[in-house]
Amino acid sequence: MLCPNAAHPHVERRYLVVPGLRSSRVYIIDTKPDPTRPTIVKVIEPEEIAERTGYAKGHTVHCGPDGIYLSALGNPAGDGPGGIFVLDHESFDVLGRWEIDRGDQYLHYDFWWHLGYDTMISSEWGTPKMVENGVQGDLLLGGRYGHQLHIWDLYRRRHRQTIDLGTEHQIALELRPAHDPTKAYGFVNSVVSLKDLSSSIWLWHRHNGEWDAHKVITIPAEPAREEQLPPILKPFKAVPPLVSDIDLSVDDRFLYVACWGTGELQQYDVSDPFAPKLAGSVRIGGIVRGAGHPAVRGELNGGPQMVEVSRDGRRVYFTNSLYLPWDAQFYPAGIRSWMVKLDANPEGGLEFDPRFFVDFGDLRAHQIRLQGGDASSDSYCFP
Amino acid sequence: MDGLSAWLALLVMGAYHGLNPGMGWLFAVALGLQQQDGRAIGRSLIPISLGHMAALAVIAALLGVGQALWHLGSLRSLTALALVAVGSYKLFRYSRHPRWFGMRVNAGQLFAWSFLMAGAHGAGLMAAPFLLGLGGATAFAIACAAQLGLDHSLPAALRPEAVAPLAVWAAAIGLHTLAMLGVMALVAHLVYRKFGLMVLRWGWINFDLIWAAALLVVGGIAFVHAV
Repeated sequence: MLCPNAAHPHVERRYLVVPGLRSSRVYIIDTKPDPTRPTIVKVIEPEEIAERTGYAKGHTVHCGPDGIYLSALGNPAGDGPGGIFVLDHESFDVLGRWEIDRGDQYLHYDFWWHLGYDTMISSEWGTPKMVENGVQGDLLLGGRYGHQLHIWDLYRRRHRQTIDLGTEHQIALELRPAHDPTKAYGFVNSVVSLKDLSSSIWLWHRHNGEWDAHKVITIPAEPAREEQLPPILKPFKAVPPLVSDIDLSVDDRFLYVACWGTGELQQYDVSDPFAPKLAGSVRIGGIVRGAGHPAVRGELNGGPQMVEVSRDGRRVYFTNSLYLPWDAQFYPAGIRSWMVKLDANPEGGLEFDPRFFVDFGDLRAHQIRLQGGDASSDSYCFP
Repeated sequence: MDGLSAWLALLVMGAYHGLNPGMGWLFAVALGLQQQDGRAIGRSLIPISLGHMAALAVIAALLGVGQALWHLGSLRSLTALALVAVGSYKLFRYSRHPRWFGMRVNAGQLFAWSFLMAGAHGAGLMAAPFLLGLGGATAFAIACAAQLGLDHSLPAALRPEAVAPLAVWAAAIGLHTLAMLGVMALVAHLVYRKFGLMVLRWGWINFDLIWAAALLVVGGIAFVHAV
């Protein structure tokens, strides 16, 4: 970590900060003495977080200017607003709620920033009550899940602008701003369209001092027979791509898109961010297809979910579990959890590493972090 | 401590402050990269230097007031105590510092940033014992002039009866700042033009601990001279 305008620009990359979405605890895990035997050195209890911030249900973590920033989906009662709180990066004390003025922001999920533009951006999923028991069909069809982006002044901690993707585009999740701090654009995924069950990727960008967003990729649902589908999808006779995560390579050239429903990991060349071009794809798992892997026999379930890309852009890792209650709705037979690795061609194209397959059995693997940094932890990289 | 070593110490300390990434060269490099223009480094180092200078000037003014109120010996003990206190604090809590500044800053904000950084980190305090030591510097200059038989033609500002310590201190602070500016410009130039940012990945040292140690060392020196 290196923050040029802080007096103490350098902070060691040593501790894993692990939020429990269900328990609201935050675990601090020391990886330094022996990375293969990490130890829990501190547990922050939900009471402390609630008392100091009013928040609960921690999720995304980013190390940022003057502290460790964590997403919280809502308050201890399970309602909104969700937001961001900050930990001291030396003592891991809970410092407090980040927002000074939240404007019209209520739902929350991910956040990240354009450090070179003193700008934070946040996205929307749902309150704890809206997500903890799986996706609520009536809320979804009513367009009640998140579909907006929020632009914030990073240093004044104030809401500046709301960008609405449209009620049709439900669940705006992962924010992947360009790592080049001179570039003011980034990508966000909307999980499902109420019109046709497609997933979409949107580009936000700065234009004349204001921020704007456009849809740049649409991934259609795939037709399926009713008996192939879980109850929640039977009425639609189609399997939605359910893009649940995206990841942008550190050189900002390739965007990886995880289609958890259809069981596909796509790679787009986003050298021109306004005109992404599909450059590679692999199939694994999926609600209908259940595609396999060279290292194992038979079908696999779950689908590409949290994606991580190495700093050099040549290795792509992903797991297959989203979140237990959501797993149960879309993969009712139960997910057998795995993690795989792809080799990425620097000029585009993907293939499985046939020797890399981690079987987690009944444990549900979710987020991957690479030692020494990766595409979704490193805030910026000057080219 | 004699005047010459005080001058020398302020000069070396200026170079040392320039080396500390927290005092400005790293910020200047980042602004150069952000604006994709190497000239932004020079443009930002000027207000950064002026802010540093202003922080030292505040300390000098406080010392001036202190000299009028207390004996030199007590004032020296006081600065030594302050140095040890700040140094010990920094040794354990070196991550504390002013916030509120982003990457889109104008010259005025850079000035304020540098002023606060230098003030909050005791850069000015670190210079205090040597500023106090400068009393001897004027004497040294006068003695030299006398040796050379020039004492009668000394400029009015250097005549013993007209010497204002603040004027000497202003010169000393100027010299200190110039040394810092020189080193900051050199380091920023090397990182920006020659080595690139990769050097920061493998060539990084924790300057904060060295800084705290320096405060303690200077505090120790000040104690020795106070007693």
